[in-house]
Amino acid sequence: MTNNPNIASTERYDAPDATGHFGTYGGAFVPEILYPVLEELKSAYAEARVDPEFDKQYRDLLREYVGRPTPLSFCDRLTTELGGAKIYAKREDLCHTGAHKINNTIGQILLAQRMGKTRIIAETGAGQHGVATATVCAKFGLDCIVYMGSEDIERQRLNVERMELLGAEVRPATSGSQTLKDATNEAIRDWVSNPIDTFYIIGSVVGPHPYPMMVRDFHRVIGNETRAQLLEKEGRETPDAIVACVGGGSNAIGIWYPFINDKDVQLHGAEAAGEGLNGRHAATLAKGTPGVLHGAMSVMLQDHSGQVEIAHSVSAGLDYPGIGPEHAHLRDLDRAQYHPVTDEEALHGVELLSQTEGIIPALETAHAVHLLPTLADQLGEDAVIVFNCSGRGDKDMETIAKHR
Amino acid sequence: MSRLDKTFADLRDRGEKAMGLFLTNGFPNPDATLPILRAIDEAGVDFVELGMPFSDPLAEGLPIQRSSERALSHGVTMDDAFETAAAFREESDTPLLLMGYVNPVLKYGAERFCERASEAGVDGVILPDVPPEEARFITDAAQRHDLDIVFLIAPNTSDERIQRIDKLASGFVYAVSVTGLTGSSLSGDVDAYLHRARNLVTDNALLVGFGIKTHEDAMELSQHTDGFIVGSALINHCADLWDAPSLSDEERLASVRSFARKLKYGTEAEPA
Ligand SMILES: Cc1ncc(COP(=O)(O)O)c(C=O)c1O
Repeated sequence: MTNNPNIASTERYDAPDATGHFGTYGGAFVPEILYPVLEELKSAYAEARVDPEFDKQYRDLLREYVGRPTPLSFCDRLTTELGGAKIYAKREDLCHTGAHKINNTIGQILLAQRMGKTRIIAETGAGQHGVATATVCAKFGLDCIVYMGSEDIERQRLNVERMELLGAEVRPATSGSQTLKDATNEAIRDWVSNPIDTFYIIGSVVGPHPYPMMVRDFHRVIGNETRAQLLEKEGRETPDAIVACVGGGSNAIGIWYPFINDKDVQLHGAEAAGEGLNGRHAATLAKGTPGVLHGAMSVMLQDHSGQVEIAHSVSAGLDYPGIGPEHAHLRDLDRAQYHPVTDEEALHGVELLSQTEGIIPALETAHAVHLLPTLADQLGEDAVIVFNCSGRGDKDMETIAKHR
Repeated sequence: MSRLDKTFADLRDRGEKAMGLFLTNGFPNPDATLPILRAIDEAGVDFVELGMPFSDPLAEGLPIQRSSERALSHGVTMDDAFETAAAFREESDTPLLLMGYVNPVLKYGAERFCERASEAGVDGVILPDVPPEEARFITDAAQRHDLDIVFLIAPNTSDERIQRIDKLASGFVYAVSVTGLTGSSLSGDVDAYLHRARNLVTDNALLVGFGIKTHEDAMELSQHTDGFIVGSALINHCADLWDAPSLSDEERLASVRSFARKLKYGTEAEPA
């Protein structure tokens, strides 16, 4: 086992293949206009990822601008309260802008700059990815347009204000569900119309190849740090379980990826069950079927005739009918377990973490918190659990207050 | 020789440009689609592109997006597209293609989709979100059921890639005129691009589409091609007609006929 936390142990697990497929999932189902654009991105990224200069720029920014490494905080009161395994929180909520999303936007903006792109577009659900994109655009002086569903603009007004203050233009997506799915459609339409000067910063491990792989690579710093920090704190590199919430799946893949070959590490994902699996929800893996959404084959919520269904979650960041192709693959390989968590359970999760640890988590993160009591109990006192505290709850205070 | 190949060969012999018209199945309402297809057939359309509505049509501008939403709000399904196609085929020999996004086809099952399409008298399929690299799931089934598979090229497609697409495509190669969505305005040096494409596409007919609104647009763009395709302009025309409560269906269909004639011949009069 390597002691260098920057080298992921990928000897055995090596998805995706050269064509961007994770088993039967992934690929690039895009209009022809975007195909040459993706080819250009693929080769630019292939060069950048082995360029020490690029790596240095990325690492320097993570350290000096994002505030990495983020702490791995031992949750002593939560551990006592639950009476089972020792629980650690990987503190992505302490990243600049308040969530893990910034790791990825830093990587992609460097790539955009390297490719000479002058205009940045993004989609956002909770607004965290939009804020992270607007932030790096301000930092690098690039034009920024963020597509956001008009319902999410209502739910996440604070983040809209932040994006505008940062100099971004927020464009409402008014079709369909008026949430992340439609914001993504609008961003892709913009990209189809401006393929040459525009770089599309995708906010999760979704979309056509090479995005799921590239976004994963930019987030795997979370897992790499976790390995090194665990070794320091517990004298072991691997925990017994890693828990994360899954919308598109970027924070989960980021913390899991360096552990995929450690077969004794359980990987648990929490997806949004909204009002319950028989009501309105966003539980893609629990209730979805294989299909193509936003340029990749994965698993998605759809009706009997293949029309995309509208997802629901109290948390705007999980309110998406699709999921990254790598998650569908990990599920099929039985390498990760995914659990539906309802809105109500997530709201309890917010209170649990707030009142035991003084950490108000994002509603997305709170879905992962909900899995902790059961898992801590099952694994017992000798075990170590890490959960990815993907973001802080400031943006959700209005929603949380409304439901308390 | 497929019905499409034959049509393009006949037109070439006559020195005529082919006109393809796109209409979403179930638009402006499920009862109106077939009469509109008949009307454009009478007006001289050379092939029909029947759209299978999808909830998230990524490459479409507003007119076609809205037509899709409108059709879906009537509960229109894939089977309805086969029914429309079969009814059209009973009356006409004009080639008909199905156009749609990959997901509903996957859900239906590629093999079953091709079988039903073929039984309904469909000649080919266009799936704009399936580049040739991802097309394996349908190409074998399409071949087994004698369906042509049309692929698209765009202004930023390289020479080498255009040649590769030409080898894989059948029926025709669809040259998207603009870097943009359906219904966008024409701009840029379309002429140089189509000239380049004309020299590279040697196995198939070459048709141009996206953004064509008038006979003049059509004639200008099809200088280097075997013909042209119009979608959004017809959809907009139909939306206006069917949203005008004072018109009778006969008046609407007469207007569709003259719209199509003007597009193809530059005049509303019957062709000589
Ligand atoms: C704090 C936080 N966690 C998680 C997510 C979900 O995204 P992903 O599944 O890609 O980590 C979001 C999305 O906006 C978020 O803001």
